[in-house]
Amino acid sequence: MALGPGDVSQRLDDAAPSVSTPSYRSVRRGSWLGWLVSDDPPGRWPLNMIMLVVLAAFVFAPFLFPGTKALGVASRICIFVILVASYDLMLGYTGIVSFAHTMFFGIGAYGVAILLSKGWVGWGAVIVGAAAGVAVSLIVAAAIGLLSLRVRAIFFSMITLAVASFALILAEQWRDLTGGEDGLTFSVPAILKPGFRLFADPVLGVTVNGRVITYYLIFIVSLLLFLIMLRVVNSPFGRVLQAIRENEFRVEAMGYQVVAYRTIVSALSAAMAALAGALMALLLGYNGPDATLSFSLMIDILLMVVIGGMGTMYGAVIGAILVVLAEYYLQNILGAIHGVLAGTPVVSALFDPNRWLLWLGLLFVLIVTFFPQGVFGWLRHRR
Amino acid sequence: MSKDWQERLQHWAPYAVTPVLMLAVLPAIGLSAWVTLTVAGLTMGIMLFLVASGLTLIFGLMEVLNFAHAAFVTVGAYVTVSVLRPLGGWTADPSLTLNLVALLVALIAAAAASGALGYVFERVIIRQVYGAPLRQILITIGALTVIEQLVIVVWGPEAIPLPKPASLRGSIFLGASSIETYRLFALFVGLAVAAAMHLVLTRTRIGLVVRAGVEDREMVQALGYRIRRVFVGVFIAGTALAGMGGMMWGQYQTVVTSQIGDGMIILVFIILIIGGLGSVGGCFIGAILVGLASNYVGFLAPKLALGSNILLMALILLWRPRGLFPVAGH
Repeated sequence: MALGPGDVSQRLDDAAPSVSTPSYRSVRRGSWLGWLVSDDPPGRWPLNMIMLVVLAAFVFAPFLFPGTKALGVASRICIFVILVASYDLMLGYTGIVSFAHTMFFGIGAYGVAILLSKGWVGWGAVIVGAAAGVAVSLIVAAAIGLLSLRVRAIFFSMITLAVASFALILAEQWRDLTGGEDGLTFSVPAILKPGFRLFADPVLGVTVNGRVITYYLIFIVSLLLFLIMLRVVNSPFGRVLQAIRENEFRVEAMGYQVVAYRTIVSALSAAMAALAGALMALLLGYNGPDATLSFSLMIDILLMVVIGGMGTMYGAVIGAILVVLAEYYLQNILGAIHGVLAGTPVVSALFDPNRWLLWLGLLFVLIVTFFPQGVFGWLRHRR
Repeated sequence: MSKDWQERLQHWAPYAVTPVLMLAVLPAIGLSAWVTLTVAGLTMGIMLFLVASGLTLIFGLMEVLNFAHAAFVTVGAYVTVSVLRPLGGWTADPSLTLNLVALLVALIAAAAASGALGYVFERVIIRQVYGAPLRQILITIGALTVIEQLVIVVWGPEAIPLPKPASLRGSIFLGASSIETYRLFALFVGLAVAAAMHLVLTRTRIGLVVRAGVEDREMVQALGYRIRRVFVGVFIAGTALAGMGGMMWGQYQTVVTSQIGDGMIILVFIILIIGGLGSVGGCFIGAILVGLASNYVGFLAPKLALGSNILLMALILLWRPRGLFPVAGH
């Protein structure tokens, strides 16, 4: 009897209990809410409440946290949720490590930035640029996957690192197209500009200007992409990915083409990252190597995935919030300590605000060592 | 008869890649430039080999891919800076002997410092993640970041100049082609280290255990060898080699930055993939190939130079998905 992919979750339940299936029935299966979260709610009711509060905070962010800076941070978090969740498709769900995620983030951002900076202003340019970024990302990711995932997953990690460093150098050198290290500055569509007013009067005490509209655009697209990814990981396809993570030989023996699944998930993840990059370009009105391609950004992503919890989509939300906020304040804290310790030569250098990567790296090593479940994983599995 | 011939071709083809490449570009470049570029490529290759060989042995023996290997290159380069600064009188002296002694001291110091750090690294970081490839990659990437930032804390964020010793500056002429003196020195030292490594691996008992461990770890363990202890030794040796590579690379570039290891490690990964993970011989051929290809392409089509190594890797993977010299079991 030929077994279609639809049968896999049941078979895997029998075979490998470690494959995580949604065991939280706090939201009724088949209800509209269950449909919306793909029957994979965060956990028991306290955790669901926490995530609902988080969602509400983002829905009303411009009114709860007024001010340009706070809105920028909220937008950044939304973008990073997508970037981190799409990375987790590979790392947490399939068990492959890529170092090229920022490359796809950058490709999406450059797609929008290049078109807008070459004088084509308007939504057409944004859509075509984002679509081109997604298309290039899909092709590059599929090519890398087919070239390297045939043999073993470790090849993939090494090759993505090599290709990503090549992409960074390319972006810095190809000045005609990318603006080199200076990057590209461009004007976003009129409705997203800070000077734009949707209503003449403030709503609930907040002026609904282009920044607020930009935030809501980013938030809504991010929420949609997040729900799509939640759907993907809870689909039969997602079950195969988790099975590959647990035991690739067994999955291969069952007749699934592991290479094909890994390649598809890396391409899907790359496309999501490219969309996040397009949003980033719209948020900043600028794109350059440091904004979307740098290696420290890759460390950020890894940190967010690991802190939030690998293999849970909701972990991406927690991780992105915690790390973005921490980075936002870490430099200030380091600066303060640095000021206090100004007299001591080496010790004060440790707390130089520019050394924030040192502390994040240290935190990263400690979490991987002692707390591999991450914050969300811990909350979810707590008895 | 013809099948036998085919098998032989399959077996020897990987060895032929380098000579074929060298001969193929000769008419396009012209003899005098070709000699210069070939020596430059061999030198670059041998320096890359020092770094790559340690990494490939560490992987071959314990399946540990140490992404923090770049950090040991960086540490080696910075230790060289610190050692050669007080020896400034020796390196500025026109006497070749005094120059070489200073460089030798720096080489030993770089290897010792990186090796010592490697020992600590193995105990603190690597030991926790045996047999967990995902956590290995994550934790070594985190550790790489931490070590690089600590290097900046100790030596400062600015690039530090590292001038070549007086008698190794300039070039000598061989017919119409000029060859940098330092390259000859680096080539000689690199070949000496590679030869010593070859002798240890093939002529000593410990080398035998290491090679057997790469082929089949469980079997060696079953024969009563404590493979963990062997691995610690290999890890220290591998990181010491990385330190040497960092010293020679920094001296060659005449400037040391905190990015020096990162830039090199990308090429090292490409070499490992080309050569076949875990194979020292493949690593040697891969390193020479990468060194030569980047120099030839840099001369023939400077715009392609950046991508030449990625292209080389892609071509070889399309031909041999496991690299030129795959090791059984890896």
